[in-house]
Amino acid sequence: MKASELKFPGLECIRPSEPEISGGYTSDLLSDVMANLKEGDALITIQAHKNTIAVAALMGASAVIFCHGRVVSPDVLEAAAKENISVFVSTGNQFNTTCAFAKALGE
Amino acid sequence: MSPVQQPEEDISLRIQELAGNLKIRDVMTRHVFAVTRTCTMRDVQTIMKNNAISGIPVVDSNHVVGMVSVHDIMSAFEQDWMADAVADHMTTGVRTLSEEQPLSFAMSAFSKFPYRRFPVVNRKNELVGMVTLRNINVALIQELSRQLATMETEGGRVTPPASSDSCIFYRTYRLARYDFESGGKASAELREQLRVRGVAPKTIRRAAVACYELEINIIAHSHGGTLTLYIDRDCVRITANDFGPGIPDVEQAMTEGYSTANDWIRSQGFGAGMGLPNTKRLSDEFAIQSGVDMGTMIKSIVNLNTSEELSDESK
Repeated sequence: MKASELKFPGLECIRPSEPEISGGYTSDLLSDVMANLKEGDALITIQAHKNTIAVAALMGASAVIFCHGRVVSPDVLEAAAKENISVFVSTGNQFNTTCAFAKALGE
Repeated sequence: MSPVQQPEEDISLRIQELAGNLKIRDVMTRHVFAVTRTCTMRDVQTIMKNNAISGIPVVDSNHVVGMVSVHDIMSAFEQDWMADAVADHMTTGVRTLSEEQPLSFAMSAFSKFPYRRFPVVNRKNELVGMVTLRNINVALIQELSRQLATMETEGGRVTPPASSDSCIFYRTYRLARYDFESGGKASAELREQLRVRGVAPKTIRRAAVACYELEINIIAHSHGGTLTLYIDRDCVRITANDFGPGIPDVEQAMTEGYSTANDWIRSQGFGAGMGLPNTKRLSDEFAIQSGVDMGTMIKSIVNLNTSEELSDESK
């Protein structure tokens, strides 16, 4: 699924990017993300800082979805642009967002 | 012109870079004068005087059981103990260094303990050498001269130590404690270096994640250190080297879920106790050495010539 096609209530795309979103992984532990995220996954997390983008890029994540309506700072967006990663903000918590995301993805 | 003050931390990191891959074995004095417990304080004094040395280890079947320093000899003179056996007046509980340890451990030991020399032991805990600050200074000056010589011949580029003529990429990154902003620079560069060389994506990911874990480790857990990337045709070698505090129980640190991270590190999404086990799992070769108060050195090697696309399911 393309970033532009991913839509559910409370979700806002603040930086679309080309890579296809093929799955998802929900975690706030970046070490866990590094051990388990699969290429093409969207990372669903509350860790809205630059290291999240670094980890997402290392693992080949297609997108990052920040939960709880976290404010995303410009340096995070800049890093995401450089790494070709889509950035979304969701007003829901990790659980709600994951459920809505799975539904939207048709899983 | 006033001299430029370099921050102390910067200098110590530069020194650590110079120490590079040297081990204590490479710099120690192998010709060691040692005495047994039954020798007298006067015997020791004679050996010291004749050989211009200021500290002698006391051994029992090659194991270090004490040290006699000039200070101990002076006390013996004062107290009229010169005819006594060294066993009665030697300093016990001597701290030894292992010949296998990185040179940086010895440097940390000198800055943390008041001793002027350390006996060096092998794996069987037998005395094999002595190391003083002079040994370290000589080794660092030699390495500095070597680097200057290569910079002159190669137009300013510092090359890795000899015996690495197939080296494609070599760089050392400095990492400071809690500087999370700098975390990821080495791994990003590693990823790019491997990508342009057409390395399989899975292999790139393994190497880059191992590198990132080691970067974060230095930033989150050490007093600061360096990370060196070395790439040749066959493998990526990542060496993380820090100034301490060292890991008291390496086996425990290698256990998934064990972590000493503080709340702030955890709030950043790290400190789940997965870093070291993760790095080991991703590496084709992995080695860790740590000395309490001295530092930790971790080496991770990822082979590039594997048929990764076919056999990577287990990684």
